[in-house]
Amino acid sequence: MSTDTIVKLPDQATARMPKVSYLNKEHGILSWLLTGDHKRIAMLYLISLTFFFFIGGAMAGLIRLELLTPQSDLMAMDTYNKVFTMHGVIMIFFFLVPSVPATLGNFLIPMMIGAKDLALPKINLLSWYLYMAGGALALYAMITGGVDTGWTFTTPLSTHYVNTNVITTGLAAFIAGFSSIFTGLNFIVTIHRMRAPGMTWFRLPLYVWSHYAASVLMVLGTPVVAIAIVLVALERTIGIGVFDPTKGGDPLLFQHLFWFYSHPAVYIMILPGMGVVSEVVSTFSRKRVFGYTAVAFSSVAIAIFGFFVWAHHMYIMGLSNYSALLFSLLTMLVAVPSAIKIFNWAFTLYKGSITFETPMLYAFGFMGLFTIGGLTGVFLGVSGTDIHLTETYFIVAHFHFVMVGGMLMAFLAGIHFWWPKMTGRMYPEKISQLAAVTTFIGFNFTFFPQFMLGMLGMPRRYASYPAEFQILNVFSTAGASVLGVGYLLPVLYLVWSLKYGAIAGNNPWQATGLEWQTQSPPLTENFEKLPIVDHDAYDYEWLERQNQIQASEVSSVR
Amino acid sequence: MSDSHAHAHPPYQRHHFETYEQQKEATTFAMWLFLLTEIMFFGGLFTAYLIYRNWYYPAFVAASHQLDIILGGINTLLLITSSFTMAMGVWCAETRKKSGLVLSLVLTLILGIGFLGIKTVEYKEKFEKHHVPGHTFSVQSFIDPAHDEATLKAVKQGEPMPDPMPLDMARKTEMYFSLYFAMTGMHALHMVIGIGILGFLIVRAQQGAYTTGHVTMIENFGLYWHFVDIVWIFLFPLLYLISRH
Ligand SMILES: [Cu+2]
Repeated sequence: MSTDTIVKLPDQATARMPKVSYLNKEHGILSWLLTGDHKRIAMLYLISLTFFFFIGGAMAGLIRLELLTPQSDLMAMDTYNKVFTMHGVIMIFFFLVPSVPATLGNFLIPMMIGAKDLALPKINLLSWYLYMAGGALALYAMITGGVDTGWTFTTPLSTHYVNTNVITTGLAAFIAGFSSIFTGLNFIVTIHRMRAPGMTWFRLPLYVWSHYAASVLMVLGTPVVAIAIVLVALERTIGIGVFDPTKGGDPLLFQHLFWFYSHPAVYIMILPGMGVVSEVVSTFSRKRVFGYTAVAFSSVAIAIFGFFVWAHHMYIMGLSNYSALLFSLLTMLVAVPSAIKIFNWAFTLYKGSITFETPMLYAFGFMGLFTIGGLTGVFLGVSGTDIHLTETYFIVAHFHFVMVGGMLMAFLAGIHFWWPKMTGRMYPEKISQLAAVTTFIGFNFTFFPQFMLGMLGMPRRYASYPAEFQILNVFSTAGASVLGVGYLLPVLYLVWSLKYGAIAGNNPWQATGLEWQTQSPPLTENFEKLPIVDHDAYDYEWLERQNQIQASEVSSVR
Repeated sequence: MSDSHAHAHPPYQRHHFETYEQQKEATTFAMWLFLLTEIMFFGGLFTAYLIYRNWYYPAFVAASHQLDIILGGINTLLLITSSFTMAMGVWCAETRKKSGLVLSLVLTLILGIGFLGIKTVEYKEKFEKHHVPGHTFSVQSFIDPAHDEATLKAVKQGEPMPDPMPLDMARKTEMYFSLYFAMTGMHALHMVIGIGILGFLIVRAQQGAYTTGHVTMIENFGLYWHFVDIVWIFLFPLLYLISRH
């Protein structure tokens, strides 16, 4: 591992935090709760997301503890169903979907394109309140008896056979859905209409492109799952029969509507993470992202293809052979743009001056784990192998490799990368590198055994299993406890760094994005004056020239 | 650019926009995007409708004949007229005619409430005839049309007497009414929200908030109102006019 570093901090003896920034411009709790500032809303989201992440994580811990032994002994089987359902609902609707867009996206998109704020600040605040209302409702449903349908609310199970809080939880997901629609809508409008002079589409950081693609998915996909949830609720309450086979309805229709959103939803979750990785990889290898246009358009391609593959979740549900064939084919197509990204990142690294700060370690974690997750996805996308592997731990492992190994790694990469910008202070480097490595090791120990369990045929969603599966399950649970430590560490040292971290200065990573060319933490208006953009994204020579100009100015003043 | 900066910003320009032009374009664009999400929302319902209509066509025809085409027609007229008054309102706002704006909005509000009133009458009729899906639903009108009021009325007006429907298909009329209530219910919900906003707009318009050159609010609400009308323009033939001559 290389020991040199690109970090360029101001002299700590004389450095001061900026007098005025978005953090201290106004005081009092109300100035936060009624704020229109995208950066403050991002911080509100960050705090609430972390809260929900640890609730979902506690559920995961309970699941792994239960699976330590073949019998169902820690909790009753019904309770187990509720625990894994709440784990899924909270992690997907209240963590993964909003994770990067609502925190880092909110904070950075206006800054990256040279705007003072998102186009619709009030809608932005409203989306946070909707998120909180949905979250509160989900927690309420959990406390008052929970729900045991799995996060997919599959009919007719959810409409006829369970008597748990389906409607409350569905309503929670519905409300959270509108929060995500408003976020996506806000991003699209902002990227179209708020770019600074000279910031053309092909000068946008790839981070913005990936958020744009994810926003299109949020805006077009979420309403479809919303109406599906409404119909389930109407079926449970007044008894309309759209999904009810006894009234001529087709339960499969629910699955079509649900997966029409929920497949694109995995791209809503992963695309912003890919944006983070593009920024981080470029910065820590001091090179323009290889094939900028290809990476930009691959995001758009993922968004488009993503809408035509949903039925790969339904191969075992009585889909006709022809649709299975067609959707297998389309699913393999969607792997192409993801592969384009991976290859282009690899070429960006090639002959770059690579350094291994924490964000880069997480980004490497992303690339490795996402590649495994993506490739195992091909097994599940092809109907022949899927019929053997679906509903086993193989699918659990695949999904977690993409979402936890991929997305959560990218989220942590982004949080560490932009932490100096958000707070004005550096996180402690050594311990955070340790956390990144711990997460990586813990993750692999948790989820790699699950691939093997799935191949051996252990079904998902059961509290008990045959004794021969125990050894792999013990590995998985042991790994999960390491993983838990890996996630707890950042919370501790990031909070610590708020007070004791080194002062970061404007641009500790010497990165090229507009957000780095202003003070940290930024002013409420982001920039002192409207930036004029005259260079492409990731133009390190431009940055060099800029630094020289500044240096000569300083020396001439002296 | 520099020219517009020389003047003070109009009071209704939010600080994070560089020009009022930009603010106007951004909010209108946002409204169109929102309508796109609405299309996807109703799209799910229309998909379900098209599938089941194909599967259970005879049941859909028979159930559709139970609707009151006159009430539906009046409602269609009400909504089209309200779209016109709404468009007048936008025009009044643009030309800064305060009383004209208030009048147009009030007329739109009245027409909207009228629509909901008639819808309530129609819903009530469904309750009385046990055509509301759920455990009170009855297929009597379809397996025994000779004793059904609505059918007899139609026969009197010259329509042929329909044959009693086999029970199996008659049961599928519940699917038609499920979709009928889901679709018109969602539409009515949008009307209620629209009327709520209209009330707010009328108060603000009275205070002169929209006749100072800041018309995006009225324009964007107009877009919403027209959208809700257009949804009804699709619902009316799909629900009321299946195989009517
Ligand atoms: Cu999928």
